[in-house]
Amino acid sequence: MYGVLKNRLYTWLFQPRGRDRGAIVLVQRRVFILPTRQGLLFALVLLLMLTGSINYTLGLGFVLTFLLGALGVNAMIHTWRNLANLRVTGGRAQPVFAGDAAQFTVHLENGGDTDRYAIGLTRNRNNATFADVPARATVAAGIGIPAPRRGILRPGRLTLFTRFPLGLYYAWAYLELDIQCLVYPRPAFPGLPLPPALASAGAGAERGRGQEDFSGMRQYHVGDSLRHIAWKAAARDQGLLTKLFSGQSETELWLDWTQLPAQMGVEERLSHLARWVLDAHAAGLSFGLRLPGETVDLAGGAAQRERCLEVLALFESGK
Amino acid sequence: MTDPRQPIAWRHVAYLLLSLTMVAAPHVFYLRWWTIALVSALIAWRAYLGYARLALPSRWLLILVALGATLGVFISYRTIFGRDAGVALLVVMLGLKFLETRTLRDATLLIFLGYFLVITNFLRDQTIPTGFYMLACTLVITATMISLHYARAEPAFRVQLRMAGVLLAQSVPLMLVLFLLFPRVPGPLWGMPQDTFAGTSGLSDTMTPGSLSKLTLSDAVAFRVKFESSLPRRRHLYWRGPVMWDFDGRTWSVARFFYNTPLPKTEGEAVSYEVTLEPHNRRWMFALDIPGKVPPLAFISGDFQIYANQPVKNRVRYDMLSYLNASYGVSENRFALRRALNLPAGTNPRALELARSLREKHADDLPLVEAVLRMFRDQNFFYTLEPPLLGDHPVDEFLFKTRAGFCEHFASAFAVLMRGAGIPARIVTGYQGGDMNEFGNYLIVRQAEAHAWVEIWLRDRGWVRVDPTSVVSPLRVDSGISAAVPATDPLPFMVRGDIEWLRRLRLSWDFMANSWNQWVLGYTPERQRWLLGSVGIDNATWQKLTAILFFLAGVIVATLTALALRQLRRRVRDPVNAAYLRFCDKLRRKGLSRDPTEGPVDYARRVEGSRPDLKPAVAAITRLYVALRYGTERGTEALMDLQRRVRQFSA
Repeated sequence: MYGVLKNRLYTWLFQPRGRDRGAIVLVQRRVFILPTRQGLLFALVLLLMLTGSINYTLGLGFVLTFLLGALGVNAMIHTWRNLANLRVTGGRAQPVFAGDAAQFTVHLENGGDTDRYAIGLTRNRNNATFADVPARATVAAGIGIPAPRRGILRPGRLTLFTRFPLGLYYAWAYLELDIQCLVYPRPAFPGLPLPPALASAGAGAERGRGQEDFSGMRQYHVGDSLRHIAWKAAARDQGLLTKLFSGQSETELWLDWTQLPAQMGVEERLSHLARWVLDAHAAGLSFGLRLPGETVDLAGGAAQRERCLEVLALFESGK
Repeated sequence: MTDPRQPIAWRHVAYLLLSLTMVAAPHVFYLRWWTIALVSALIAWRAYLGYARLALPSRWLLILVALGATLGVFISYRTIFGRDAGVALLVVMLGLKFLETRTLRDATLLIFLGYFLVITNFLRDQTIPTGFYMLACTLVITATMISLHYARAEPAFRVQLRMAGVLLAQSVPLMLVLFLLFPRVPGPLWGMPQDTFAGTSGLSDTMTPGSLSKLTLSDAVAFRVKFESSLPRRRHLYWRGPVMWDFDGRTWSVARFFYNTPLPKTEGEAVSYEVTLEPHNRRWMFALDIPGKVPPLAFISGDFQIYANQPVKNRVRYDMLSYLNASYGVSENRFALRRALNLPAGTNPRALELARSLREKHADDLPLVEAVLRMFRDQNFFYTLEPPLLGDHPVDEFLFKTRAGFCEHFASAFAVLMRGAGIPARIVTGYQGGDMNEFGNYLIVRQAEAHAWVEIWLRDRGWVRVDPTSVVSPLRVDSGISAAVPATDPLPFMVRGDIEWLRRLRLSWDFMANSWNQWVLGYTPERQRWLLGSVGIDNATWQKLTAILFFLAGVIVATLTALALRQLRRRVRDPVNAAYLRFCDKLRRKGLSRDPTEGPVDYARRVEGSRPDLKPAVAAITRLYVALRYGTERGTEALMDLQRRVRQFSA
């Protein structure tokens, strides 16, 4: 019964509205405010001062007590203002491996004419990151959230809060941002050795995609390794060019679900495959991935690595 | 840094040190030396630890120091309560708390203690300079509090001072409303400590040679008077205070019991005025000779002394009425008259001898009085603030040896001579004169104007005032004390009126001080009722007051919030954008709001799809907007066209 009532109250008060698409503007009804413990202590001190002023008929005591009382009320407006009308958008989060912390970014845009200070972003109140948002500026606040399992990680409800300027009040707003982070399977350690590569069937197609000997340049394509960009040429304003190397591209490597020992479970297999993908990429190999019901064609470079890891991350996750 | 458990930086320790030292500084003059030494040592220790980044001392050591300090306070003051002991204890505890300040929570506590320490300063002094100094202290404390709550880069302290100034300035309207309307309760709520009014100066219930001239060294204000009728002549300004009947050969003292109720026979117009009496920790209330009414919470004795029911520990204001021409005491009680003839045996024999010889010469009372006054006038008597010291028979020595004295010497000698000659006489002490302040049109009466005169009882005429001083030094009564005493006598600076601009300056200052006293310090429940009555709110109950208070507070908070919000609103300065946003707003109200990711062309297409009737207007506005914002169109005509179309647009 109590639980139901509490839920009702919670729903009525905070009006959870599911994930918000796009930007959240912290309009008045989104910002909540309560006095902190210090605020309550301040009220107690004021009460003491009032009693003293009455007892000793201190005219200036009344002035001071009422000035501080008014300051307490004014501090509420200022704390609330520090958060109100802030425009919040979720940023991109770089994929991480399971077990690491996903770094989510939240962009705080201050369209007003006053600087805002000490705005904290937290998920569970235990640790928070703080940001100052100057007038007419946008600032990114990052928050690290542990990613224990592969798949899509959503940060859930985040809290944006502040106690500035006097620490007498705690103003906060709940953020249900539509942001997510891809979590790759944790690579097995130690991994199994890479499966043997096959000799390339159509070597012509893959010529010039190795890593050993420089063989020329071509236009940059998305997915080419950043290490192979001809930065000197770029600096000469010739556009982005990718340096081509001839080498081991004559081999093709298939990382196959079925190559793994039969007694392995699904997660373990994915973890070993992730290790293979990393190893193959590190060796500069051209590789493909075969999973039950899914195949990634042969390719090389960072884009291929990410494509393969994404497939592994989302394997059988219903998406 | 906004987590209460977070440790504070050295910088914040320094700010705290600054603000608390500022607040505690005025107490230095009143604290015992060991308290100051201990607290300075504690603060220096904390500053060193913070600077060198060393660990703070253990709690046990601090508890030990705290116990020792409490014991010290008890030994020094014989109590740990009361004003002086309480302040000493508070200051010591503040120093100790400093040595324990590790986290933000501790620092906040120190800040609250600092605010509290501000109010203890008002126990001693509530003048305008103190008020301003304490305002500066409050500003610094508030700035320190702000500095504790930055999370990342902390701007310079001067920025925080400015922010604190803005916060406090914005709080002033609400403060005024609270000050004027908060239901006032007359204090005290519990007994005031005895030491609160130690050292206030004023008339006492005894008079020895030298006691009044000592009082004359003080330029403290005794009371201020605002006359409703015209100001009486200066020679009539006898402010009646303690009346003394009993003489032991040296000291006059106030009678402990009274004979009858006063029954004056009044003549002429009464003078009405309002007195604002400074606290003097005695029960007398002063009025012009002779008082015609009794203020509330006071009574009047048979010899026209007004007594408050409690010692005057706060500034009090009362309306008075006086009759300058009145006769009283014609049918005086004979026990009282006998008492007014008492002289101690064996003292001042030469004076008594003189009195007896005068009585032999003059059978009637009046010629006898004349003869004594003539003696004072003609025989080289001298009026001075620095009379020579007198021995065992002070009246004898004064009359026949030194012949230099202040008003108490003349009054005492005159009364002794009268009693010796068989005329009942008593001493009246009080004040004579006053300093007119033309800025506020009120009279200032200072302690320096303390005076003593004599009343003698004559058959058929009752008690008659005789001021022997006025015979010796007519200037004292006609022009005031500064004109009457030699320029070399040590009169207080404020009483002398030699330099005209200085006099005007101090009078305007006193005017400000008086307004401050009347309106800030003397804003009592009565004055609150009077003020509310004058704006048409009669018999304001506290419920009524609270309702008005909440209403006004609500208005102020709403205004401040609206002002704060206006600063937050994004102002669109680009007219093209503004016009287009207005257009989107009109559509939004019809349920066709634009998606944040939707471009203007896509949006127009969607709107046209669901409302074909709007197609021409929407298309035209969108085309103009795109051309102005993204295209090469820069003309004002196109802009005006867009604005016109948006204005006329209705979905």
